[in-house]
Amino acid sequence: MSAFWHWFIIIITLGFTAAMVWLFIATGRARVPTGTNEEGEETTGHVWDGDLRELNNPMPRWWLWLFYGTVIFSLIYLVLYPGLGNYQGVLGWSSEGQYQEEMERASAEFEERFGELLELPLEELVEHPDALRMGRNIYAHNCSTCHGSDARGAPGYPNLTDDHWIWGGEPEQVFTSIYDGRQAIMPPFGDALGDQGVTRTAVYLQQLAGQSVDRTMAEAGRRHYEQQCAACHGPDGTGNVFLGAPDLTTGVYIYGGSLDDLRHTIRHGREGLMPAQRDLLGEGRSKLVTAYVLSLSRNGDE
Amino acid sequence: MHEKIEKNIGLMAILIVIAISFGGLVEIVPLMFKASVVEPAKGVQPYDPLRLAGRDVYVAEGCYNCHSQQIRPFRSETERYGHYSVAGEHVYDRPFQWGSKRTGPDLARVGGLYSDDWHYLHMMDPRAVVPGSNMPAYPWLAERYVDPEVVERRMRALKRIGTPYTDEDIEGAYEAVAGKTEMDAIIAYLQGLGTEWTGQHATGDDS
Repeated sequence: MSAFWHWFIIIITLGFTAAMVWLFIATGRARVPTGTNEEGEETTGHVWDGDLRELNNPMPRWWLWLFYGTVIFSLIYLVLYPGLGNYQGVLGWSSEGQYQEEMERASAEFEERFGELLELPLEELVEHPDALRMGRNIYAHNCSTCHGSDARGAPGYPNLTDDHWIWGGEPEQVFTSIYDGRQAIMPPFGDALGDQGVTRTAVYLQQLAGQSVDRTMAEAGRRHYEQQCAACHGPDGTGNVFLGAPDLTTGVYIYGGSLDDLRHTIRHGREGLMPAQRDLLGEGRSKLVTAYVLSLSRNGDE
Repeated sequence: MHEKIEKNIGLMAILIVIAISFGGLVEIVPLMFKASVVEPAKGVQPYDPLRLAGRDVYVAEGCYNCHSQQIRPFRSETERYGHYSVAGEHVYDRPFQWGSKRTGPDLARVGGLYSDDWHYLHMMDPRAVVPGSNMPAYPWLAERYVDPEVVERRMRALKRIGTPYTDEDIEGAYEAVAGKTEMDAIIAYLQGLGTEWTGQHATGDDS
């Protein structure tokens, strides 16, 4: 803040406060033209509507002292806290400082309660009830919007309670998916394959997943598959966790496994996105929620 | 003097206004000249045409009635929504969308938090992705198209009042939003919210 505004604020604030005090003292002392009413009480001499007079009593004491009290309070406040231009106040308080303090207190508490726990490798964290309880809370706040409160996913969002992992189910891989996010790219093949090609490929995918389908269609689809799809999903269709290409042999689909769903996916492509939680959760909390997510598929069936 | 003021209501009104204007003079006027309030925060850019169109959809649909765009510096807020908002993030918002009520969550940093597909599904039918949600559905956004001429005119008007759009920006606007639905626009707008500011990492105050 420039010096001009600094002084602008100080002079108006203190000047106004002083002027108010002066006003009360001055009007208390001022002698207004007085008269008396029929009962002999002092009036201001003003007369309205012929016979309405205004008594000239002093302000009630308690009210006056309350007023002076607020003035004294505000002066003390202005000394302690930043209020006068660039003056920072004796206490050095700032809203940012208060926030920092709150955060430091919380992170110290987090460190105290979970610090030792977070030294453990993820493998052991999965077995730890404290980690899972915290992980469950973090999951409920941050993950359930997409993956569902029961973590069974939704169309477009993977089920986290089963054993199918698009980006890998090793603890470090799951942690990376959460901490850094994932961007899957299934390109659209509608133009390259044509309508017939798309349908044949979809039929072949159903065969891969173990359904009984039209052999001729599937055979034609297999050729398309080998040309266009095998690079990412693998020649045998088991996918590739490093590319986020799903295993096509399990019959588990993110975007639906009906013929129409498969055709839509092949024709228009998909761009699945797992947003990175790094900034919001930080490393410690990401680890806890990783442990919780891992526990879902490991303990879920028991 | 007492009598004069008391009997002249016009004079009294003027003196009352002067008396109560001191608070505003001290609290509001200096802020208008404070650089950190009127300059964009590091990394913050004017809205590109599609996001600008999305902002108009946001305002027109009254999203601000239920969603705020202002994260206050409290732990309870920053742990849920991200780093607290700073003034310089809102310089290109005319008017700002801070809001005053949260029936839904704060959106100041919703950008990148969900995928585009999620937003699409959520607008079409909020209950499809968030079972307990009480947000209304906005399916008509997918059928209405953004009017490129309006966007162009709006950018011109914003430039006149100080948003630093270049002539190329404005010329490219028509192309950028032609054929886009209001759904595309509002998703682009939401995905950009709160993502541009880079200052929080520089100060190292984000855990």
